[in-house]
Amino acid sequence: MEVSPEYAVQMHGIVKRFGSFTALDHVDLNVRKQTVHAILGENGAGKSTLMNILYGLYQADEGAICLDGEEVGIATPTDAIRHGIGMVHQHFMLVENFTVTENIVLGDEVCGAAGVLDMKRAREEVVKIVEEYGFEVDPDAKIEDISVGMQQRVEILKALYRGADTLILDEPTAVLTPQEIEKLIEIMHDLVGKGKTIIIITHKLKEILSSADECSIIRRGVSMGTVDVSKTTETELASKMVGRNVSLTVEKTPAHPGDVILSIRGLSVKDERGIEQVRGLDLDVRAGEIVGIAGIDGNGQKELVSAICNLARSESGTIEVDGREIQNTNPRTSLDNAVAVIPSDRHRWGLVLPFTVGENLVLERHGEERFGKGLTLDYTQVNAFAHELIEQFDIRPAGCEEHVASGLSGGNQQKVIIAREVSASPRVLVAFQPTRGLDVGAIEFVHKALLSVRDGGAAVLLVSFELDEVMDLSDTIAVIYHGKIVGEFAQGTVDEGQIGLLMAGGGAK
Amino acid sequence: MNTLIRFLRKPIASAIVAVAVGFAVAAVVLAVAGFAPGRSFAALFQGALGRPKYIANVIIKATPILLTGVAVAFAYQTGLFNIGAEGQYIAGTIVATIVGVTFDFPAPIQILLVIVSGALAGALLGAFIGFLKARFGIHEVITSIMTNWIMLYLCNFIVSTDAFHKTNSTSAIPINPSGYTMVLPNWKRSEAGIEFLNNIPWLKDVLLKTDLNFGFLIAVAVAILAGILLARTELGYELRAVGHNRDAAHFAGINVEKNIILAMLISGTFCGLAGVLNITGISPHTITTIAAMEGYGFNGLSVAFIAGCSTVGCIPASLLFAGLIYGGMTVQQVMGAPSDIISIMIGTIVFFTALPGVMPLLADVIERRTASAGDPPAPHTEVPPELPAQDRAVRVDNGKGGEE
Repeated sequence: MEVSPEYAVQMHGIVKRFGSFTALDHVDLNVRKQTVHAILGENGAGKSTLMNILYGLYQADEGAICLDGEEVGIATPTDAIRHGIGMVHQHFMLVENFTVTENIVLGDEVCGAAGVLDMKRAREEVVKIVEEYGFEVDPDAKIEDISVGMQQRVEILKALYRGADTLILDEPTAVLTPQEIEKLIEIMHDLVGKGKTIIIITHKLKEILSSADECSIIRRGVSMGTVDVSKTTETELASKMVGRNVSLTVEKTPAHPGDVILSIRGLSVKDERGIEQVRGLDLDVRAGEIVGIAGIDGNGQKELVSAICNLARSESGTIEVDGREIQNTNPRTSLDNAVAVIPSDRHRWGLVLPFTVGENLVLERHGEERFGKGLTLDYTQVNAFAHELIEQFDIRPAGCEEHVASGLSGGNQQKVIIAREVSASPRVLVAFQPTRGLDVGAIEFVHKALLSVRDGGAAVLLVSFELDEVMDLSDTIAVIYHGKIVGEFAQGTVDEGQIGLLMAGGGAK
Repeated sequence: MNTLIRFLRKPIASAIVAVAVGFAVAAVVLAVAGFAPGRSFAALFQGALGRPKYIANVIIKATPILLTGVAVAFAYQTGLFNIGAEGQYIAGTIVATIVGVTFDFPAPIQILLVIVSGALAGALLGAFIGFLKARFGIHEVITSIMTNWIMLYLCNFIVSTDAFHKTNSTSAIPINPSGYTMVLPNWKRSEAGIEFLNNIPWLKDVLLKTDLNFGFLIAVAVAILAGILLARTELGYELRAVGHNRDAAHFAGINVEKNIILAMLISGTFCGLAGVLNITGISPHTITTIAAMEGYGFNGLSVAFIAGCSTVGCIPASLLFAGLIYGGMTVQQVMGAPSDIISIMIGTIVFFTALPGVMPLLADVIERRTASAGDPPAPHTEVPPELPAQDRAVRVDNGKGGEE
């Protein structure tokens, strides 16, 4: 490797092992100064590990890091910050009831004599940076009162305040609306223009094409090379990342909707804090169609799904499945009415991680006669049943019915849940963020599974924060805002901009 | 080397290493205090295993802590921390005494009646704690500690009542002999019995000089049945599901509240049984005024954690624990060393068994070192959640891997 000051960051021959597992195997990375450099890879490919090494959260077993052409040792995040590296994590690390200024200076406070906080001077410094970079952020607003996009800018400001020249953004667009994503890309280019270098970790191809100059691909801990973004295509990036050709567009046949199966009328649901999140929502889902709910996180999606699976109380309104009201009963009733749910948080709701894959696959139907001989649970039957599903749904490693679920990769854990829910032959399938954290190969699988359930005549309700997913997969797109459906469109009759506007609360109904 | 690596990955390796470290620490403490470790350990083994009588006493001492150990391990696998084993044990002794004194049926009926009522007492107290958690969300550790003290004073109250107090003593009246569960209690003291036993000295030693009783067999059966219940039945499946992930269990239509109550009820049953068997099996066959907790429940905690919370693993763990305590008394007599050394040893063992993830990690380090010989491995402080080592640690908790 040639060490040169034209690169802001050079990582050479990085090896990182966790026990007997090699997460990174002699990975190289060269990031030119004043560019946006994307790091692309599937989940678990090692891209976050690489960045965590650069930020001092992990130590490399082998390899060297050079900044501005000089080799440095980075043992802790404090070292990284001292060397001008800042990192914005996917999950923001902000104190909700502090102001923007307080959050930015937290940990690096401006103090007067005897350690007294000098908030006035701190505010001045913050205002200076905000103005310098043209961020539209109110330094006195509380974090809990500003939007997610604003919160992200505060995170970026935090890094800039600490003198970062190189910014690492971990999956920065995961929580943003299309408009906010555009704004973020603008900010990134602006920062580059002002002399900063930006590294973004992502598995979203579109955003790489619209924001990055160069893109390095990592597959299973190995460098797959760096490409010039202006000379590549989505398909090329995807096949480099996965190692095979994948279909990026959802191939679906037209829907043949039948009778209304899931019917929600005037539904109101409160969250754990007693605040009404679903406010008089009406929605119908017919047999053989996918209705996709588009919306920004926190507009009542979670409470809507909770009410359908009877985890939350409905304050008012009805939820009918095939004409039977199921609201305010218990999760068992939802299951007994053939409502299957793919939960958003698979570790919390979907799986018992220390259980075997087989035990997880019978989680909702262990009481069925075929698995029980009297009081005992017939593990031979359970494992035989599991074995079949594992083959049918290509859950890997093959024959893993007696493996512990926590040992599976995220994508395969999701397949376990999908196998369980889909094989229950549901009348209604609720899929809440079914592809969260999955890579393109697994996403393709999940989408095909949802379509096959639809074509089998079930009503599918897709709730996702990924607008692309809702747009591509749904036969009907319903936009949720502030606990209500504010617009319903047949697929193809509306574009992303209109939906995005409704999602943000703009536009008349 | 490969054998060593494979051994270290097994749950039992942690237990064995912990015991070895416990002995090593005790040796250091003994040496520092001026007692020869070798001779002290010799006295320990002599005192625990030297005579048939000693072995019988170790088994007798192991009985209640095996049952409370199983109770704690069982609750732990269902996500509950039953620190109330002590109180449920006392509840068992109280009710066993009341029933055993009040009624006097022929032996088979009497024994069954006393055992069932004592076990029921523990069960109800456990279920009460479970109910408070399930219904009102009160943490079981708080209610357990409170019920422990309530049971202690209830015991002292019953001892002091006219109906049960034995005059000029600090005890209640012993239960009727029809409720005794010793091995051949009448025959062994009859002329024919003594004549017969004179020919077999070891048996005489065991039967006449100890309260050898059937309790340990019951306790072993309970440990095995509890293991089967957890690993092989529908109820056990639901209990474990609730224990490992309450949200996912609820989501899957499992009645979480019912299962919490049931888990505490079953755990309490085992503790109540421990109490009954101490009343029916060993003298003085009654309850006495207690000034402080006797520790049957708390020692159960230690037993359960030495066993890695495997119910079957509690069998060897309880014998080890009882052997250390009983043999430790000899160390005191022979060497003049304080029996606190034994407490230090037990404490060390429990401390090291509480680190179930360490041995598999050690296996990883050795593996890496042999793989890249001469290349010193970097220190590994961080462990990502996907690491197999952690899965294994979790696996120990759920008990299936207990004693492979």
